[in-house]
Amino acid sequence: MLVDTSRRHFLAEGLAGVSAVWVSTHWPSLVAAAEHAHAQVKSSTPPKFEFFTSEDAAEVDAITSRVIPTTDTPGAYEAGVVFFIDHALVTFAKENQKVYRDGLLALQARVRELFPGTDKFSGATPEQQDKVLESLDEQSASKGRNPFRRPAGGQSFFERIRVDTIMGFLIDPDSDKKGNRDAVGWKVIGRDPAHMFQPPFGYYDKDYPGWQPNSSSTDKTKS
Amino acid sequence: MAAELFEHGQNEIMTPDTPKYKTSDEVDFVVIGSGAAGGILAKELSENGFRVVVLEQGPYLTEKDFIHDEIEVLNRDLLTNHPSLQPNTFRKTPNEKAKPQRAIAYGRLVGGTSTHFTANFWRFHEIDFHERSKVGPVAGSTLSDWPITYDDLEPYYTKVEWEIGVSGLAGASPFDPPRSKPYPMPPLPTKSNGVIFERAARKLGWNPFPAPMAILSQPRPGRSACINCGFCLAFACEVGAKSSSLATAIRMAEKTGRCEIRPNSYVHQIELDANGRATGAVYFDDKRNVQRQKAKAVVVCANGAETPRLLLLSANKQFPDGLANSSGYVGKNLMFNSGAMSMGVFEHPLNDYKGFAVSRILHDFYELDPDKVGFHGGGGLDARFDITPINFALGSLPPGSPRWGKGFKDALAHNFTRTVEIFCHGTSLPVEDNSFSLDPDLKDAWGLPALRMTYKDHPDDVKLSNWLNKRAAELLDAAGAEKSWSFPAGEQEFTVHLLGTCRMGNDRKTSVINSDHRTHDVKNLFLCDGSSLVTSGRGQPTMTIEALAFRAGDRITALAKSGDLSV
Repeated sequence: MLVDTSRRHFLAEGLAGVSAVWVSTHWPSLVAAAEHAHAQVKSSTPPKFEFFTSEDAAEVDAITSRVIPTTDTPGAYEAGVVFFIDHALVTFAKENQKVYRDGLLALQARVRELFPGTDKFSGATPEQQDKVLESLDEQSASKGRNPFRRPAGGQSFFERIRVDTIMGFLIDPDSDKKGNRDAVGWKVIGRDPAHMFQPPFGYYDKDYPGWQPNSSSTDKTKS
Repeated sequence: MAAELFEHGQNEIMTPDTPKYKTSDEVDFVVIGSGAAGGILAKELSENGFRVVVLEQGPYLTEKDFIHDEIEVLNRDLLTNHPSLQPNTFRKTPNEKAKPQRAIAYGRLVGGTSTHFTANFWRFHEIDFHERSKVGPVAGSTLSDWPITYDDLEPYYTKVEWEIGVSGLAGASPFDPPRSKPYPMPPLPTKSNGVIFERAARKLGWNPFPAPMAILSQPRPGRSACINCGFCLAFACEVGAKSSSLATAIRMAEKTGRCEIRPNSYVHQIELDANGRATGAVYFDDKRNVQRQKAKAVVVCANGAETPRLLLLSANKQFPDGLANSSGYVGKNLMFNSGAMSMGVFEHPLNDYKGFAVSRILHDFYELDPDKVGFHGGGGLDARFDITPINFALGSLPPGSPRWGKGFKDALAHNFTRTVEIFCHGTSLPVEDNSFSLDPDLKDAWGLPALRMTYKDHPDDVKLSNWLNKRAAELLDAAGAEKSWSFPAGEQEFTVHLLGTCRMGNDRKTSVINSDHRTHDVKNLFLCDGSSLVTSGRGQPTMTIEALAFRAGDRITALAKSGDLSV
C-alpha cells in the first residue's frame, strides 16, 4: 500500500540534495517497519501495550492518525506514535494517565453526540473524525512561538494528545522513548537522521565563495 | 610491552589524580559553583598552587551522558534547574504578591550553564564599561560605570579565546573593540542562514561578520571540532566541541591534582567566625545530610540568581539582611538582556538544523544615539536556527498555520528546512527594584526559601527591542523571504541571563564587591559570575563572565600570595 514508485520519487525529491540516496536506499525498511506497526495495532492477538487496552490503543491510533495523517508520506501511524504514548503513560508521563482515561470517554461521548449510531472514534470516517477533533480543539491555528514568553499552561485532552503525537513523531529515534520509528518523522520534515554533517549544508551556502571583508571594515588588531 | 605502555598511558588520561579532601581539611579555597566562572576560578587557583574544593549542586555528567532526547533535555530538565525541586515565584513590582511561575533556567550540572548555551562569544565593547559617564543618568535606572575598563579586561578576553577555545575572525567587524591577538582558530563554517543574513545586511549597508563562537572549528587535545550534529542550544556537547567549563577548565583544574570537584553538593550557608571571616561552606550532600567544608577563603560562582540567594540565606547577627549586604544591593539591579525575534521562510532548503546555531552577526546598532532613536541602549542581530524538531512543530510555523492534520504536516515538511530566525539582543538597563530575594512562603525540596524574582523591563529596553526587531524584519525583506513575521517585544518574565545582582563597584554603598571581586564586607569572601556585572552589555554575557573569572583568578592569587588571605 505504501510502496509505489511515485511516492518514493516524491520523497527523494523532497529531500533533494540532502539525503535522497539515503532515503531511497532505506525506504523499503521504513515500509517494513510501518507494516509491522500496522500489524501490531490491527492484530487479533493482543499487542503488547503497557497502559492502553487494545480498544483504547485503536482509538488513540486513530486520533494520532488525524493529527499527523498518513498521506503520500508516513504519518503518526507509521512512526508508531501509539506505542510512544502508551510507553510514556507508564514511565515519564504517568501524571497524564487521567487525562487520557477521561479524555477517551469524553471523546467517545462526543462521537455519539455528533454522529448517532457510531460508538467509537475509530469507527467514524476520516471526515467525521476531523469534525470531532475540530469540536475539541480550542485553538484552531498556530500563534507562532515567541521565546520571550512562557507558553500558557492548562491543557485539554485534545491538546495533550496533539502535543504527544508531535513528540512521538519527532522524538530522537535513538532515544528509549519508542517513537519516531525508523526516523520516519524526521524524514518527513526533511531532517536527515545522520549524527554528523559536513558543509555545504543547504542551498544558499552551497556556492558561497567565502567571507570577504565589508567595504568599511578595518583591522583593529593591535599586533 | 607496547600493550603495557598503552594501558599505562590510558590510565593516566582516564583517571586524573584528583584529590578527595575531607570536609575537616581546611583547604585554601572552596569554590561554589562549577559553571562559566567557577570552572575557570577552580582552574586558575589550582594551577597557581592552591588546594581547591568545588561544590556543585548538580550531578557530574560527562559526554557519554549527553543525548538528543528533546523530552529529557527540554521538558524534563535533564541539564537544568528543576521547577518541582527548586521552584521560584515571580512578580513585576515589589508591592505585588509573587506567584509561583518559572522565571529562570540555568545549567544544574558540573560545567553549569556553559554546558548547554548557544556559545555566542562577543566581547563587551568599551562603551559597556563607561556608559554612565558618556550618556549621563538615565531616568529610572541605576546605570553606573564599572570600576574597571575594557582595557583592564582585554588580556583576559584573549585568554578566554585561547585557553577555552573560541572560533572567530579578528578585524572582521568595524565596530569590534581593540584586541591584542587574533582568534586561535578560524570561524565555524558558514551556514545558509549566515549567507542569507550576510547578503541582505550588505544590501542594507550594514556590516555583517563571522560570529565568534565558543565552539571548536579545529580539534584540540581531547576535544573534537564541531561535528554539526545540530543539537546545540540547550543540549550539552557529546564530543567536547562546545567550550564549556566541563570540556575545558574543569579538566585542567583536575589535572593539577589539587582540585576536587564535588557534585551533588547544594550549598545553603556561608558561616563566619568571631572575627567576621568566612570559615567555609555548609551544604547538603547527595543524601541531604548537612556537611561543612572548611576553607581559608570562599569564592561564590553560583550564578546571578543563586549567588545572591546564598548570601541572603546566610544572614546572621552581623548581617541580618544577608551576608555581605551592608549596601542592601545583594540581589538588586537584575538584568536579563532585552530580546526580540523575527522569522522568515525561504524558497530553498537551508537545512540549518545542521550545525551550531549562529554563523553571522552584526553590531551596526551597538551604540545608538538616544537623541535620534528616543531611547537608551543598543544591540546586535544574528541569524540562527536553534529549534529542534519537536520544538519546531510545537510553535515555529508562521502564525495562522494549521496545528494538526494534512495542512500541518505539509507545513512542517516545507518549513523545517527553510526557516530562519533573526534574533535581536540588546541592553537591559539596571533597575534597583528588579531583583532576586527570598520568597516568604514558598520552599524548595530541601526546605529552603525559594527564589523570588521581581522584574519589569525598563521602558527603554522594550522600545529598543522593538526598534531592533524592525531592522530584523527589514533584513528578512531584503533577503527575499517568502514569508516573514515578527513577535512584538513586551515585558519579559523569563530569563536565562542572570546579571548584575551583586554588582562590582568602588563605592561600598552602591555595590557588593570591589574590583578584585572581594565583598566589601567580608575580607575572605569573593563573588564572581553574572552577578558581578555592572551593565548588561548588549547580550551574550558569558564571554565577559569568563574574562572576569580569569582576571579574578589573578587578583585573588595576588592577594593570597601577599599574605592577605592567610592561605
